[in-house]
Amino acid sequence: MSNRVAIAGVGMSKFGELWDKNLRDITLEAGMYTIFDAGVPGSDIDGMVIGNMSAGRFTGQEHLGAQAVDLSGLGDIPAYSVEAACASGGAAVRHAYMSIKSGEHDVMLVLGSEKMSDVNQTEAMNTISVASDWEWEGMFGATFPALYAFMARRHMMEYGTTEEHLALPTVKNHANAAHNEFAQFQRAVPIEVVMRSGMLADPLRVLHSAPITDGAAGLVMCREDLVKKYTDTPIFIESSAQRTDTLALHDRKSITTFNSVVSSTKSALQEASLELKDIDVLELHDSFSIGEIMLTEDVGIAKKGEGCKALEEGITEIGGKFPVNPSGGLKARGHPIGATGVAQIVELVLQLRGDADKRQVDGAEKGLAVNIGGTGATSIVHIVGR
Amino acid sequence: MVGIVGYGVYVPRYRIKTTDIAEVWGDTSGRIGKGLGVFEKSVPGPDEDVATISVEAARNAIKRSQIDPKDIGALYVGSESHPYAVKPTGTIVAEAIGCTHDMTCADFEFACKAGTAAMQVTMGLVLSKMIKIGLAIGSDTAQGRPGDALEYSAAAGGAAFLIGMKNPLATIEETVSFTTDTPDFWRREGEDFPSHGARFTGEPAYFRHVGEGAKSLFKKTKTTVDDYDYFIFHMPNGKFPIAMGKQLGVPAEKLEDSLVVRQIGNTYSGSAMIGLARILDIAKPGSKIFMVAYGSGAGSDAFSITVEDAIEERRGQVPTVDDYIERKTYVDYATYAKFRRKIKALG
Amino acid sequence: MAEQGVAQVWRRIRAMYRIEGNKCETCGTHFFPPRPVCPECRRKGKLENYTFKGLGSIYTFSIVRQAPDDFKRQMPYVVAQVELDEGTRLTTQIVNVDPEDVEIGMRVRACFRKIKEFGHSGIIVYGYKFEPVMKVTGHKQ
Repeated sequence: MSNRVAIAGVGMSKFGELWDKNLRDITLEAGMYTIFDAGVPGSDIDGMVIGNMSAGRFTGQEHLGAQAVDLSGLGDIPAYSVEAACASGGAAVRHAYMSIKSGEHDVMLVLGSEKMSDVNQTEAMNTISVASDWEWEGMFGATFPALYAFMARRHMMEYGTTEEHLALPTVKNHANAAHNEFAQFQRAVPIEVVMRSGMLADPLRVLHSAPITDGAAGLVMCREDLVKKYTDTPIFIESSAQRTDTLALHDRKSITTFNSVVSSTKSALQEASLELKDIDVLELHDSFSIGEIMLTEDVGIAKKGEGCKALEEGITEIGGKFPVNPSGGLKARGHPIGATGVAQIVELVLQLRGDADKRQVDGAEKGLAVNIGGTGATSIVHIVGR
Repeated sequence: MVGIVGYGVYVPRYRIKTTDIAEVWGDTSGRIGKGLGVFEKSVPGPDEDVATISVEAARNAIKRSQIDPKDIGALYVGSESHPYAVKPTGTIVAEAIGCTHDMTCADFEFACKAGTAAMQVTMGLVLSKMIKIGLAIGSDTAQGRPGDALEYSAAAGGAAFLIGMKNPLATIEETVSFTTDTPDFWRREGEDFPSHGARFTGEPAYFRHVGEGAKSLFKKTKTTVDDYDYFIFHMPNGKFPIAMGKQLGVPAEKLEDSLVVRQIGNTYSGSAMIGLARILDIAKPGSKIFMVAYGSGAGSDAFSITVEDAIEERRGQVPTVDDYIERKTYVDYATYAKFRRKIKALG
Repeated sequence: MAEQGVAQVWRRIRAMYRIEGNKCETCGTHFFPPRPVCPECRRKGKLENYTFKGLGSIYTFSIVRQAPDDFKRQMPYVVAQVELDEGTRLTTQIVNVDPEDVEIGMRVRACFRKIKEFGHSGIIVYGYKFEPVMKVTGHKQ
């Protein structure tokens, strides 16, 4: 018996500014859709894990694991809450992956959730900043966009990246999200609009940045031998890898490459006995457009410094050799921090099942997701296959 | 002999022209600034206060003196705009410049002469051999009520003087004070802006106290105006020190070099001390300096100082008063209001 | 318990006021902020306090135009990574400069500024920021 971990079903709430819903509502919504999609009886689920970064600051509520199990009526099963900043969702997926692989759990509900719109701008910015080194970066005035601007500025100097290049991931991802009914922004934006949007932290503009989003996403994961009971279209986790880098950006030798991404991607491909050319579709963590450019290089789609070229040549568009973020990515699907890593896997599952409608990548068999925390201090890579 | 073993100043980078302030209040004639003899004033940045100005001035003083900050036995910061009503500014300075913890420290307040009062106290501690070196700082981020005459002059800056016995770059032969209870200027607890007695700040306050202090120092040192090369009087504006000089028979050219008020405004506790620093920046060894600081409320501290040979080798490493005066960026009234917390909505 | 920020800031005062970090005597690497363990030498490392000279150059920077309330009065402001001459980088604001004049490689020195205030009645946090190295003329004669 193979001991792969399977994904029996996926689900998510609408992503956006959900004024009429609180954290419980969106978490429950995603959980319910997921369980229905998986066709799993609640009584089969023997564990639950939720990825969330900062409900305590965004909503005043912690202890989300117990809350989610309570709301879903899943009885007294163990509930875990995991946090790895913006990689909290990926960490939840990996937590379930390890739990099932170890034999401790058989069928798990995995959720990722964040309600961000209930706080003011200062609180939102400060809360996001704690994903970096708050005491030595955030407190000194380096907002989260400023830290990514640091990378962008160096990337421009070292590799000749231009302001126009910085707009390319946004244009592509918005075009993709136009076909995603769960996305926050279901509309294309022309490059001129991106390039004249307000400046956040030079050279990064508002439309280079993922928005503030409310949303939740979920998966039902289980042992490979159980999944046939629930679905005819199971997807499997081929590998899961996680790496760590310094918390503060200033402690890294280079800030134009995410070492954690390079090594976690390498490790995930190796574990799955695959090469990058075997990957048909990718979800890469584009919290800022410079992030997608760097990740395009760090996973190996383009050589270092040539991420923009890959974007210009359409290699990462749907229909290209390595479609990146068909969902719209963090930029256009939205970035409810703790939900993002789970939502990436949801998208890959839909792509591999052939359920992605107008944004379908034809014949996709293998997908790879990179979910990073902070400014790359955590990188979690999952490869899924059908 | 006791003297100044090191000194340093700091003046914030921002300036506002007094004509820009006058225009806000409807005066486009340019008369007000000209009448006060203040053409522009320094404005602290939004992240500057008496603690930061004091640290910058103190670091300059230490760099110039080449002393070990661990030899400082007493540190006093004189100001009327200490960032905390209760909690010393001096401890922040001491920690920032690397002092030992085995020292004494306090904040002083005597309107614009708190810094020179600190100089006198450290002199006493040095002369009594209780300490080796004392650090006296006068520093302010003065506030003027919008539209009030004070708004044209209330400025920011500070000076730090290291007082000791060994190898001074200027010796202090004598100091005297003149003190009465004269309420010409005050700020009540919890008030944002000071109040003043308008024309009462002149004759019975500034002129009486500076004049008496000066006469007392001449008498005690058995000297006359002719014995001094440079004079410094507290500069609430550009007019008062000149009028004071005339009353005492001081030739204009002996006063001229100290009149930093024209370019940076009244830096309150820093005022006379920055004037003294500017003289020390340019005076030849052997020059004699006569300084009278004034503090409302009211009192004056007068000093007789001689420049020593050691001064020449302590120049060149540290920015001069003129370096700071010339390093400037003008801001308009709106930016000034933003920086100085006159925009209430920003908290 | 302590009032917000008080102990948290107090225990970091030496690092924030004076750029006091440490240096591994085994491999010679400087660290700021001070590290509890040398990541290279680990148990073979020998960490000693080290006060940085406060001189360096700008490695990368940004001009912040949307910031939390604490920084509103300073907007737009420059924040940068400064590479200290001893070979480590830190994140800091650059002051006393027009944002458009800042460039990678610019020489800067440490100065002392207010970093943040815990509201009107809370404590004031002081520490390092950096500014372009200043012209020193010495004196005119």
